[in-house]
Amino acid sequence: MSTLAAAIEGLALLGPGLPDWALARAVLRGERPYVHAPTAVPVPALLPPNERRRSGLAVKIALAVGAAALAQNARDASRIDTVFASSAADGDTCHAICEQLAGSERLISPTRFHNSVHNAPAGYWSIATRCMAPSTSLCGYDASFGAGLLEACAFLHAHGKPVLLVAYDAPYPEPLLAKRPVRDAFGLALLLAPQAGAGALARFELTLADGAPDTLADAGLEALRRTVPTARSLPLLGLLARGERGAAVIEYLGGPHLALQVAPCA
Amino acid sequence: MRPLQLSSFTLTTCLGRGLAATLHALQGRATGLARRPFETAVLDTCIGEVEGVDAVRLAPELAPWDCRNNRLAELGLAQDGFADAVRAAAARLGAARIGVFLGTSTSGILQTELAYRRRHPASGALPPDFDYQHTHNTYSVSAFVRARLALAGPAWTVSTACSSSAKVFGTAARMIEAGLIDAAVVGGVDSLCLTTLYGFNSLELLAREPCRPWDRARSGLSIGEAAAFALLEPLPAAPAPDTIALYGVGESSDAHHMSSPHPEGLGARLAMAAALEAAALQPAAIGYVNLHGTATPSNDAAEDRAVTGLFGTGTPCSSTKGATGHTLGAAGGVEAVIAALALRHGFIPAGANTLEPDPALRAHYVLQGRAAPLERVLSNSFGFGGTNCSLVLGRA
Repeated sequence: MSTLAAAIEGLALLGPGLPDWALARAVLRGERPYVHAPTAVPVPALLPPNERRRSGLAVKIALAVGAAALAQNARDASRIDTVFASSAADGDTCHAICEQLAGSERLISPTRFHNSVHNAPAGYWSIATRCMAPSTSLCGYDASFGAGLLEACAFLHAHGKPVLLVAYDAPYPEPLLAKRPVRDAFGLALLLAPQAGAGALARFELTLADGAPDTLADAGLEALRRTVPTARSLPLLGLLARGERGAAVIEYLGGPHLALQVAPCA
Repeated sequence: MRPLQLSSFTLTTCLGRGLAATLHALQGRATGLARRPFETAVLDTCIGEVEGVDAVRLAPELAPWDCRNNRLAELGLAQDGFADAVRAAAARLGAARIGVFLGTSTSGILQTELAYRRRHPASGALPPDFDYQHTHNTYSVSAFVRARLALAGPAWTVSTACSSSAKVFGTAARMIEAGLIDAAVVGGVDSLCLTTLYGFNSLELLAREPCRPWDRARSGLSIGEAAAFALLEPLPAAPAPDTIALYGVGESSDAHHMSSPHPEGLGARLAMAAALEAAALQPAAIGYVNLHGTATPSNDAAEDRAVTGLFGTGTPCSSTKGATGHTLGAAGGVEAVIAALALRHGFIPAGANTLEPDPALRAHYVLQGRAAPLERVLSNSFGFGGTNCSLVLGRA
């Protein structure tokens, strides 16, 4: 069984009751209680004003965490490969298009149509950072984070250079929300590098594994892990928050899952 | 990159089901595009509809996945012994060692479009029989194919608009190179739906007549639907006769605009150059370029600059979208398989529908199909968001 190794050089997170990594770290270390609150999504500073207005929630979350993860080191965003992973494209955009198509006037806004593609965040990211490097955009339904992590590690192995993983979920409004009850927006960006340089948080080794995925002791966090695909990353984030050496099994496809051996960098 | 063989491949488009029907149509410069009704669409355009999708029945245990997109996938898997070839590979390698990476842009969104017409009059709720996970969700087609073929390896859907099912070849190459899998089912499935028909109409990109790539009178694209699949494995030291292999994948981003290509085709050129580099080839080694060639005025112009900038004006090129229509997320897979057909049968497909090449475009656009002993070909796929992917395929 093959093992893929990577170092984590940057990390940014945006979730319900988890407005940034500093607070999430304290929660995951057990220093503060987890209190659910709607995800506060900032206006994407990377985009020019007219694009800020037109971009949907998915773009806003992805750009916010992507930019924050890169801000933690001296990497040039325009040269970084990117992997975007999401359980769906932008929920509000999809709903608006389906509503219009169900009506008698099927007039879709051209902007809304190009914002409906699954890779819209990748497109806006590339424009905002002037990045022409390879990029991909994936979907694995509930397994989207695991898919993104696997692809990011495979990028790293194949290209031998840093890769930015941006995983995110932007909930659907009703009536789709009832059919796909992902109720919280969530974003996580991990800047991965082949070797642990100065300032790296941790390094890890990843293998495919069967068996049961890790769960979380805190009921609120476990509910989040189970209901929001990007939050399947929480067992890994827990190890990183505590600065522990240890193992985490990230829920992926119900078989295989992803087994990670994590070691903090001093 | 280490070359991968296409151990089995197939495609189903409006030209017909499977390789033989496609080869026959391409050699006859036929088009599958026609002015015909689709669902309740009222648009002045031609479409490339696959015959008989509605009549496809999924096995009872796969019933939750039932939708137009997965019926088209099922129809595609049944052609050219593809499903049998995967089954044999799974017996040889183990089901957990075969990945499934498919491209789609809209998956089964048609199911949601239809469900939005049946919302509860009071609550607005979608009907109880509507199954988002197994139909609409972008991962649906890969999950369906993984279940249908009884595979147990890693899987996901790549959804980068119209480059989706070219990029899956890169995914498979990376995952095999990393040793996580020994083989992969790749390809693309995209089916007709109102979102793309009305969406491209809103951008004023739909042609009224069957699309005419590279023509001086080209006026936009024609939307098609397709399922294309390939089984990829490492190329053995002594390949079987007639083996077709993937030698290079090149990916890039435009960093320019969400729905317009870079006017100089800069991202496209980067992708082509990266594919050649991965294959360790010079441009002169390429005997045919299957263009992205959507037939919109600006797309073809940008691609022409990219292609002639890299290859000059002598390399034979054509777009097969005049024959198949633009199958969006399936286009990369369709055109990779067409490239494989061209290599195996030694012919350069002519661009259908194109009458008079645009004199402003300088690439050597092929209007009459001809026999040619091809060794290496390149296929281009570009998409919204400025996503680009080029593949180099060849005879092993």
